[in-house]
Amino acid sequence: MTFFLQNLVNALQWGSFYALIALGYSMVYGVLMLFNFAHGDIFMVGAYIGFGVATGIAALASLGMIALPGWITLVLTIIISMILTSFVGILVERIGYRPLREAPRASAAITGLMIGIILETGNLALLGARRISFPPMIESVTYNLGGVFVTNKKIMIVAVSISLMIALSQFIKKTKWGMAMRAMAYDYAVIPLMGVPLNTIAALTFALGSALAAAAGILFGVAYPVLDPYMGIVFGWKAFVAAILGGRGSILGATLAGFLLGFIEIFVAMIFPSTLRDLIAYSIILMILVFRPHGFFGEPYSAKLRL
Amino acid sequence: MEKEKDREISKRKKVTDKIRLWFSHVPFIGWLLGCLLAVVVEQIFGSMVASMIGLPKIPALFGFVIILKEPFLTPSAIIYVLIIYLLPVFLIARFGSAWLNALARKLLSLPGWMTTLLYLLLMYGILHIWSDISAYRVLTMKLMMIAVILTLSLNVINGYMGEFSCSHPGFMAIGAYVSSALTVMLFADDKLFGPALLPPALGPYLFPLALIAGGAAASIGALVIAIPSFRTRGDYLAIISLAFMFIVKSIIENLEVVGGPRGMGSQPDYANLPTVFIWTVACIWIINNFVTSTRGKALNAIRDDELAAEAMTVNTRQTKMTAFLFSAFWAGVAGGLFAHVLRYVNPGTFGIQKLAEVLAMVYFGGLNSVYGSIFGAVSLSLLEEFLRPLELFKWIIIPLLLIFVMIYRPTGLIAFREFNFQKMIQPRKTPDKEV
Repeated sequence: MTFFLQNLVNALQWGSFYALIALGYSMVYGVLMLFNFAHGDIFMVGAYIGFGVATGIAALASLGMIALPGWITLVLTIIISMILTSFVGILVERIGYRPLREAPRASAAITGLMIGIILETGNLALLGARRISFPPMIESVTYNLGGVFVTNKKIMIVAVSISLMIALSQFIKKTKWGMAMRAMAYDYAVIPLMGVPLNTIAALTFALGSALAAAAGILFGVAYPVLDPYMGIVFGWKAFVAAILGGRGSILGATLAGFLLGFIEIFVAMIFPSTLRDLIAYSIILMILVFRPHGFFGEPYSAKLRL
Repeated sequence: MEKEKDREISKRKKVTDKIRLWFSHVPFIGWLLGCLLAVVVEQIFGSMVASMIGLPKIPALFGFVIILKEPFLTPSAIIYVLIIYLLPVFLIARFGSAWLNALARKLLSLPGWMTTLLYLLLMYGILHIWSDISAYRVLTMKLMMIAVILTLSLNVINGYMGEFSCSHPGFMAIGAYVSSALTVMLFADDKLFGPALLPPALGPYLFPLALIAGGAAASIGALVIAIPSFRTRGDYLAIISLAFMFIVKSIIENLEVVGGPRGMGSQPDYANLPTVFIWTVACIWIINNFVTSTRGKALNAIRDDELAAEAMTVNTRQTKMTAFLFSAFWAGVAGGLFAHVLRYVNPGTFGIQKLAEVLAMVYFGGLNSVYGSIFGAVSLSLLEEFLRPLELFKWIIIPLLLIFVMIYRPTGLIAFREFNFQKMIQPRKTPDKEV
């Protein structure tokens, strides 16, 4: 039982990365009906920006200008990197997607893929092909809860990601901007006629998704402090699958599917040799999609979508 | 002043018109003969010319690599290309249009299969003589032709049927592994499968069967995508195919029989230039016939409106099934050839990167077009080789180029054009007398 609970804790942490990234895919899909294939790489960029910000704050602190406790550094890092990365997201939308609004959707998928490649290669060219270790910002403390070992990092990661998800869903439900996003998801063609600025909403959607991806990147860096330029590929594509599994455009679905994917992966690795992890995870997803093609919360195709 | 300028412009226009006029009368055979002359000239005088203008050796790929590697050799490289390639082609095209047209007409009067055969022999001759210069050219040429097969097969699904399939690297992997397992098991002494079961002399003759077996295995794999495609379309099918690709990769990584993640080597060297050329020609011919047939038109109907197509008595299930199996077959053949050209495969090759590459070729060249696929595959694989000296920046320039193409021509450069060999080899009209 403790073994199971221990893995459950690990799965919660692992799944929260997937869920945070999947939300970005799902939101963009809901509003613009296209997949942002560069999103995995925005996650990577977010992690690197987080690395830069954390290093910068540490450098300032060592110069004696400010002295901050570790967790304040972490919070600052997360907030600043989320803001910076959202600009990256806006840039991606401006360059790769806005000119293709009227084009076939597959073309936009290609530009997304290509922007992803440019981000990876640009990172390689700037920082070289070495792995970077993320600066440790908080001391790791382990609690023993009846045989289940929980670190403060794990608690922090799950807490931060769940609160971000709640914040996002409140934003979409309660604010005017969120309402505009929902309206856009409901009817892409008519809502601009009502005076809702399409381009602004699209940029906002990308900014929000990218900010969440940046948060996921930093949390990932805190948990597994090694960054490499191709980390976005592995995570991005799996989160993409999770976004679909949840049902396209469904925030709740993406969150749940992200956690589900985390659970599947952790428990498969627990029972079977870990080389079978991808095989079994993807086979389960394939089975789910064959029998329920529109995911958990999605509507069958050609129906209208709601956020 | 103004008048002079106008005259200048009209003069220039006249010159370009004249050039266009010269060249519009050159039939296809003229260009082929020009290329043949060029490669023969290179074969005979190439190294002499190269050493005369200060190049270390014959430029491997039209001097692009030299220009990027050693910029001060740029003039020499340009002179080389001008003298060796452009001059012979230009001469033949400029002065030969009358007898070339006569020749084209004469060739057309032969039986159809003989005309085709002659043209193919001519094309193969050009390729063979050109790539005879270095092993690097042979390899580039083979990989380029394999890219053509793969791109065409993906275009059947993504272009003609309008689905977004991400599974082609998976089909390719199945084809590569099945055919290499067969050839390695039967014709090679290897530590994975032990000594050869059949005399290796039989190998080259049975190699096509191994490729077909690889393609058939890929087709069977395609059932995993074809059957869900009855119920769903678009994005969900894209994900199913993506998951399929990851599953294939993962299965191969876990199959120790074929070497697992370390890959599989020591395939016999059967995929020589003529073999790859014949398979490529067969692929272009068969796929072109398929997409211009009734069933190909049914694919277009399904793409544009599935319900309407069904109402018009198109058997959508059967059509989708055929398209997927057919496309997967060719992807499998391409994979088999790929494995035997490199004589080593590992599962890491058939991942997201390969997918991005093939998709780029399809969408760069043009959807729904055999011309486009050939153009996309050839130009992108050549571009990759040209920009090789730039190392990392290659992967910034090529994606940027694709983004521009997508922004200005969202369906690709040569989309929606039918490929017609008969039309291509027609003689051009003899020039009308100028009034």
